[in-house]
Amino acid sequence: MLDTARIRPDFLILAQQENGHRLVYLDNAATSQKPRRVIDAIVHYYNFHNANVHRGAYALAVEATEAYEAARTTVARFVNAWAREGVAFTRGTTESINLVAASYGRTNVRRGDTVVVTAMDHHSNIVPWQILCQEKGATLRMVEITEDGRIDLSDFGRALESKPKIVAFPYVSNSLGTVNPAAQLSKLAHAAGAVTVVDGAQSTPHLRVDVQSLDCDFYALSGHKMLGPMGSGALIAKPALLDAMPPYHGGGEMIERVWDDRSTWNKIPHKFEGGTPNVEAAVGLGAAIAYLEQLGMERVSEHEQELARLAIERLTQIDGVTVYGPKGHRAGVVPFTYGDIHPHDLATILDRDGVCIRAGHHCTQPLMRRLGVAATARASFYIYNDVDDIDALVTAVRKAGELFGVLAS
Amino acid sequence: MSPATPDLGELYQQVILDHNRNPRNFKRLDAANRKAEGNNPLCGDRIQLFVQVDGDTISDIGFQMPQGSGCAISKASASLMTDAVKGKKVGDAETMFQAFRDMLTGGGGSSAPGKLAAFSGVRAFPSRIKCANLAWHALHAALQNSAEPVTTESARDF
Repeated sequence: MLDTARIRPDFLILAQQENGHRLVYLDNAATSQKPRRVIDAIVHYYNFHNANVHRGAYALAVEATEAYEAARTTVARFVNAWAREGVAFTRGTTESINLVAASYGRTNVRRGDTVVVTAMDHHSNIVPWQILCQEKGATLRMVEITEDGRIDLSDFGRALESKPKIVAFPYVSNSLGTVNPAAQLSKLAHAAGAVTVVDGAQSTPHLRVDVQSLDCDFYALSGHKMLGPMGSGALIAKPALLDAMPPYHGGGEMIERVWDDRSTWNKIPHKFEGGTPNVEAAVGLGAAIAYLEQLGMERVSEHEQELARLAIERLTQIDGVTVYGPKGHRAGVVPFTYGDIHPHDLATILDRDGVCIRAGHHCTQPLMRRLGVAATARASFYIYNDVDDIDALVTAVRKAGELFGVLAS
Repeated sequence: MSPATPDLGELYQQVILDHNRNPRNFKRLDAANRKAEGNNPLCGDRIQLFVQVDGDTISDIGFQMPQGSGCAISKASASLMTDAVKGKKVGDAETMFQAFRDMLTGGGGSSAPGKLAAFSGVRAFPSRIKCANLAWHALHAALQNSAEPVTTESARDF
């Protein structure tokens, strides 16, 4: 386990009280808290280096550009990107996937083609493909999940028989905590002739990610779930694919030359970074990665998995609690329901004890339909959570049961 | 820092817990001449409301919450609402809706009539006001539309 007593003071927000209680923040799959080091990096950037990037002829602009590009190098190293040119900064996973759908998808998907997603995908890895398929007259094929919350590999195989152009899936499920065999899925998809798009929103903060060994084609990540600022994120892609793709947003920075009626494009990744970029976000993300690397991603994973294991063990001791998702290996995401108490009520009751959890469909409505529930409560862990947090969670859940006189359903 | 620490007992009053567990008028009225659907994307709650209006009187009313259950606040609110407006004039129901809304969001600390006052505690839980209002918005939509079409209310309207 990580030394949370040393980590927690880096997160000022955790010293706050919520409803008169110690703040127990268990909604990390939605967004993580930010350490002082990340906040300081942003403040430092604005206090000492702020200028527009890639265009100023003065020293300050060079510093800003260096800070921005250094963050790109940090992201590239962190996920073992194919090249630093294969890292385009975006607002996050959602924008990264929309970029791929709008640029690669529009160019390569035609009427009658198939795009494959899974039933455990987040809406951000479903809706962009729906929009693309509707526009192109293509078919969107959703791969089913197994009873225990894994991608159904035989259905995945059947979906590949249609020779899809694109296969998209999450590395880690935000609703179930399933860690998917991303390298295997990518290999199967490639054998069927597809390119693969991996939603890395929930994996990048929690696992050692190596996109080259996954051998996917596109990998999307969000900074705000991994200690970085809101609005930070990146698309990681094979450079040859990015090179061949048309731009996503037109504007400054992404062009080489502009004539009255046409333009030529800047090199990758700048071709995909039209307009003034969010430099503070990139700088903050770089600082977040430095913080995580200092802890070590293997230890981060181990810590969360141990907390999840303990939370599941303790929650399932409560009569009426159902935990969803795979048994055994999973990420630090624990979705559950408690008898006939609606998850939204659970969240309100837990909040009263300072325990912040998510309740709802977690932006995975197709998955919820398959689980046969309208909503679940979800506790998700990160580096600053500890056994005391699990005690608080379990105590508050028991209190909810007392208040509602829970009926096991 | 959270300024106030509202009491859960104020939110989950006994009458609310009772109506959550045993909702009244929890039925489809397929022949009803007014219908509306309410949707609270936050908790995934959906309500289908069926209203039979004869002349200017709500002669019968029922609701369903598909896909399992709504949260306690939305379900109890729907249940208590149907009890409150059944047999009432359409205009009186709209007045009740106004009083209910004022109680939850207005500045004056006003109260709603009868058992509806049980929801006064929701005021201190801003994230739950939508839950309490859901059924009332659906009722308002149903009463506005004399024709068949089912309207969907999104949380943006709340």
